[in-house]
Amino acid sequence: MASKVYFEDVKVGDEIPKWVKQTDFMHWNRYAAVNDEFVYIHMDDESGKNAGNAQGAFGMGNLRWAYLHNMLREWAGDEAEMKEMNVQYRAINQKHDTLTCTGKITEKKTENGENLVRLDINVLNQDGKSTTPGYAVIALPSRK
Amino acid sequence: MSTDAATAATTYITPALKDSLNVWSAPEVSHPVDCSDIRKWAIAVYWPEVPPKIFWDEAYAKTTKHGGIIAPREFNPFAWPAVRPADRAARPAKRGVGERTMNGGQKETYGVPIRPGDVITSKTALVKMEENTGKLGLTLYKYTEMRWTNQKGEFVRSRISISIVY
Repeated sequence: MASKVYFEDVKVGDEIPKWVKQTDFMHWNRYAAVNDEFVYIHMDDESGKNAGNAQGAFGMGNLRWAYLHNMLREWAGDEAEMKEMNVQYRAINQKHDTLTCTGKITEKKTENGENLVRLDINVLNQDGKSTTPGYAVIALPSRK
Repeated sequence: MSTDAATAATTYITPALKDSLNVWSAPEVSHPVDCSDIRKWAIAVYWPEVPPKIFWDEAYAKTTKHGGIIAPREFNPFAWPAVRPADRAARPAKRGVGERTMNGGQKETYGVPIRPGDVITSKTALVKMEENTGKLGLTLYKYTEMRWTNQKGEFVRSRISISIVY
């Protein structure tokens, strides 16, 4: 993946390409295997219900965090650098949800020699409900 | 805290919790990061798509500004300690008031990327607590800060995570 986006080519208000993933145990179990996150609420419906989720087991917030990185990486390319990300987990990722990661540029600035872009980001479920609102700051390469 | 006790509680901030505020943990040191750890992580978070080459193809990664394979920013080098945390062993029972927790969110700041061979050192501390009464009843917000450096002493990552107790 070469450089995909240059600082000069983006503007405030631009929406970046969405990144979509349907999730279930196949995705959660793989993530549990690498993050050592074998927690009952993510594996077992009864435990999920005991934790207050009537639909049973539910997905990891950390995996949605990774999906947001994937969206930004896919858009910005390997020459960009993630500087900061901040999210709140507002709703649960239920089994078989289709998650859509979104991003919209809200600020551009050059600071300490870095070309920084700030984006509002989110993960929406198939009903359009906001599950993970937040922001990210990325340093983009320049054409100069 | 038992359910009966919590029902009548006016605060979840115990003396022990208060004493732990701004007390940094002893450093935790990761095992050396392996190429295979990075590749498997990338496969998991992209499943079922093929992950980007920067995470598994050294020949390609050398052509980038990074000069070699790097880990995804969200990669966790502290997974799979040989000594297992005791609190993960048991299936949780239905929890009462004051015993339930939620992941409220996180803010992370990134420094240098993690590369194969890196050994990461982590320190954590509870840095802030807030309590209020909202739709969940009495609710405690615990802010925990984590700081990572690599074997060269370079800043790798910091995180402030919010745990909600209700």
